[in-house]
Amino acid sequence: MISIMAFEFFRNALLAGLLASVTCGIIGTYVVVKKLVALSGGVSHAAFGGIGLGYYAGFDPVLGAIGFSLASALGMGMVSLRAKQHLDTLIGAIWAIGMAIGILFISLTPGYAPDLFSFLFGNILLVPVGDLVIMAILAVMIVVVVIACYQIFLAVTFDEEYAMVLDIPVEIVTLLLLSLVALTVVMLIRIVGIILVIALLTLPAAISREYCSHLKNMMVLSVFVGILVTTGGIFLSYFLDIPSGATIILIAAGLYGLVLIERGLRKNKHRVNPGNA
Amino acid sequence: MTEAIKLDHVYAEIAGQTVLEDISLAVNTREFYAIIGPNGGGKTTLVKLMLGLIQPKKGMIKVFGGTPRENRRMLGYVPQFHTFDFHYPITLHEMVISGRLGNKSRVFTRYTQEDRRITEEVLITLGISDLSGREISALSGGERQRAIIARALVSEPRALLLDEPTVYVDAPAEQQFYNILNSLKEKMAVVLVTHDIGVVSDYATKVACLNRHLYTHDSGEITEEMLTSAYMCPVELIAHGVPHRVLRKHSHEGPP
Repeated sequence: MISIMAFEFFRNALLAGLLASVTCGIIGTYVVVKKLVALSGGVSHAAFGGIGLGYYAGFDPVLGAIGFSLASALGMGMVSLRAKQHLDTLIGAIWAIGMAIGILFISLTPGYAPDLFSFLFGNILLVPVGDLVIMAILAVMIVVVVIACYQIFLAVTFDEEYAMVLDIPVEIVTLLLLSLVALTVVMLIRIVGIILVIALLTLPAAISREYCSHLKNMMVLSVFVGILVTTGGIFLSYFLDIPSGATIILIAAGLYGLVLIERGLRKNKHRVNPGNA
Repeated sequence: MTEAIKLDHVYAEIAGQTVLEDISLAVNTREFYAIIGPNGGGKTTLVKLMLGLIQPKKGMIKVFGGTPRENRRMLGYVPQFHTFDFHYPITLHEMVISGRLGNKSRVFTRYTQEDRRITEEVLITLGISDLSGREISALSGGERQRAIIARALVSEPRALLLDEPTVYVDAPAEQQFYNILNSLKEKMAVVLVTHDIGVVSDYATKVACLNRHLYTHDSGEITEEMLTSAYMCPVELIAHGVPHRVLRKHSHEGPP
């Protein structure tokens, strides 16, 4: 146990897990309470288009992912503010279009696309130091913005219409929040990959929702749940030699399952003894 | 008495359909203006026009002398019940105090002692201060309704707009609710829209009926004619637990 901590890659993996947990705990909380789960899924799959473009044009695929996820999040945000009834269809379309663009560019790129598998399924054990720096910058930025805008985000995500009556610039605030969602998604792609991002973004927050009645507490607990599942997943995947992304997600899913069972038991107990409630 | 809200020949459309036609009305401070009309008659649209949430197709709207968007911070708004998610992790206190955000800095917002004092006062007035730490999902319908009203009041509005506020309130709470509104009338203009004819109690100083057109009588009376015009069929006046209004004969006013 102590011996593996000596490996730099292992320390990097734990650090990446920690940084990802901080951002996905905070932003995932908004995703869950504002019901942005499908939109976030669309954003992460749209990012694949940017990754493909990066390979084809010869720049860092992560930059392509950032561009595509930001553009798709802002596009869907504009639609959600104006014509909510079309949003569901649009999310589905963007989801598939992003993947299609990515596949097309990668097939057009001569030779082998390195890392492609890790973009799709993630590999926290192979996160390069350069990515760690980017992740740290993103994490600090997201924390600062959320602290600065906490009350405004709360007002807008809770009751958009009333926020408008309070003269809060709802459109700008919504687009800012969606930009943070997009950046978080890109960050998480490194850890669990495009396909599994949505689970890491939502499961820790969904678990915390069962125990918190304040948004703030929910964020803090989500961060700790995130650290628990990513760290657990890193150790387990290393020792059992299984894929890290999938391991992390299954641990989170297992934990969520336990929480739901516990809630069911709690509710049942109340029903059996209504006099004590 | 100052003029709080004024509409001058206002037309409004929703999705290309005209829902309000040639609406003119004036609400003064210390007035309780009740607007009754059937569902789909344009009541919510009318309130949203006053708040500047939608723009009129034609005509002019003034709120305390300015446009609704300029001056909507002077308005308190009690929306129809289901405009937000009751499973959002927020306590009654957090929800109510958020009504004070209108005049605060947008970043690094901190609530002051004064914000907390006013919030506490409003919670006490509405009888929900002991629930202030409770999550809104754990509140009853009547308690939620009072929380929504409290949020509108903490901004110390000069006019209060209420959209179907009694839908989820049971009869005894309703009476209490109108008592509260009546005391507010001393400090601000109150505009109440509802589809329920019975709720317009003796407190209203002006009553109008709305169904695309506005039928007014410039007094706190509903007349059979106004109701018949608004509901497109003869409607019987029913009063729940309040003395029946006297229906007088009068000449027709408002658009034909």
